[in-house]
Amino acid sequence: MDSETVEKLLRLSALELDEDGRARLLRDLGRIVALIDEMQSVDTEGVAPLAHPLDAVQPLRPDRADPNVDRATLQQGAPATRDGLYLVPRVVE
Amino acid sequence: MAGDAFATLSELRTELAARRVGAVELAEACLDRIAAEAHLNAFVSTCPERALARAKAADRRIAKEGQTALVGLPFAHKDIFCVQGLPTTCASNMLANFVAPYDATVAARMDAAGAVLVGKTNMDEFAMGSSSQTGHLGSVRNPWDTGRVAGGSSGGSAAAVAAGLVPGATGTDTGGSIRQPAAFCGISGLKPTYGRVSRYGMIAFASSLDQGGPMARTAEDLRLLLACMEGRDPRDSTSAEVPPTARDAKPRPLRIGIPGEYWDALGTDMGTALDAARRAIEGLGHQLAAVSLPHTRAAVASYYVVSSAEASTNLSRYDGVRYGHRASAPKDLEDLYRRSRSEGFGDEVKRRILTGAYTLSVGYYDAYYQKAQRVRRLIRQDFLDAFASVDAILGPVTPTPAFEQGTMQADPTDMYRQDAFTVPASLAGLPALSVPCGQVEGLPVGMQLIGPHFAEDRLLALGEAWQRETDWHMLRPRESRAAPEAT
Repeated sequence: MDSETVEKLLRLSALELDEDGRARLLRDLGRIVALIDEMQSVDTEGVAPLAHPLDAVQPLRPDRADPNVDRATLQQGAPATRDGLYLVPRVVE
Repeated sequence: MAGDAFATLSELRTELAARRVGAVELAEACLDRIAAEAHLNAFVSTCPERALARAKAADRRIAKEGQTALVGLPFAHKDIFCVQGLPTTCASNMLANFVAPYDATVAARMDAAGAVLVGKTNMDEFAMGSSSQTGHLGSVRNPWDTGRVAGGSSGGSAAAVAAGLVPGATGTDTGGSIRQPAAFCGISGLKPTYGRVSRYGMIAFASSLDQGGPMARTAEDLRLLLACMEGRDPRDSTSAEVPPTARDAKPRPLRIGIPGEYWDALGTDMGTALDAARRAIEGLGHQLAAVSLPHTRAAVASYYVVSSAEASTNLSRYDGVRYGHRASAPKDLEDLYRRSRSEGFGDEVKRRILTGAYTLSVGYYDAYYQKAQRVRRLIRQDFLDAFASVDAILGPVTPTPAFEQGTMQADPTDMYRQDAFTVPASLAGLPALSVPCGQVEGLPVGMQLIGPHFAEDRLLALGEAWQRETDWHMLRPRESRAAPEAT
């Protein structure tokens, strides 16, 4: 773990930290990576990854609309909307 | 609780059915208790108007039809379950002003069963933690010793039940978040099989692990709550199509596995308390057998990779656009995302997101994420192999009793290692029950019963039998008792 990796992870995660925060993070991530590296000694040759604990496959439901919440209700909690649209800073000049 | 604040749900049902107490009276008593014990910080919010309206409706229903299901019983939701029209914060600044626009399936089912919601309980932010200290409203206090943590992440629910603020509550368990606080606070908690309880409307942390479940004083009460929470939900594609948890009419003597990897790791005091419980279980007529779960040591590592990867994906939805915290005067879209997230999330949540981003990033995906999923399969196989010869597995829930507030802050991995006995069952998707089984230093400790997939009935029956013969679950905070002498 180095400060370059920390910068990259912050960018990927859309997070920012001040200098102290970045230093703490560098130290903490180093410890976390050391902990998760403890699994590297396990022999997993030929073992398939397990994504679902019951190995279940995604069941399909009938292709029928199931309206549960209408747009107006959902947007009541939105920070900024107009005419049913979400507002964000201008992207294209 | 209008009489006894520590009455169980089952006892209250009898009282309600006999019309010796009313639902309004019970709800008011809970709200009074919550206010009187506000120093525990167990609740994020209460909903007195809604509670009293529902309680009045419950009293009418009882007058007409008698008491059924959960009608008239007060309870609390962990503040991770959406309840339409009520604040649902996940104890995060990110959602401090979020009002849920719809009901979680669990919330709708509890309402339909007639239970009376009195408030939402405090927790670790986004359920990421083992101590309920990371929420934006501060730490939950353990009712047994307010200088100690309540455990986490469902610490508010555990403390609320333990202190007699409510007789039952919901929790969620991703890596131990129902079982560990239940053990720390001296109550009972069940993590159901993955897929038993719908995750719809339950704010996501790690989707292949998250599971809602009940928390209460007794295993009998857990059964009552689970019956109303569980079941297939077309709105959660991972909810399982299985029959409801039935009650086995003839519980038989069971073969119970004792995994050396768990027991050998215990310190002297915990070992003494758990050994006494083990002998008592044997005294109930069950047969004990040594089993091995050889990949236990890699479980914490596998869990923190899988759960953090899923968290980093799930929490990418918080962008300051559709709901949740939005930074003021953003200079562009990137700035809006970055500052909204940085202001909204606390330190631990950020650490998990960044850990997840690391393990999922190009060049590390195979070495970390895929590797963790392979280890996960081995851990599950350990259990499946063990269940070929035993009916359930008995072990500790935690390495120690509740630790002191403010400790284990310097190095986040100290806290992660606290989850050593709870994350294996989570990775394997197995049901696991935590029930009080003794005391260490005057604080409650729990034992964990892990069963095969969908064997909740077997675990609950064991818990019920245990609690007929013992009364650790009936001790109230600050009542201490010496452990039984070794024989």
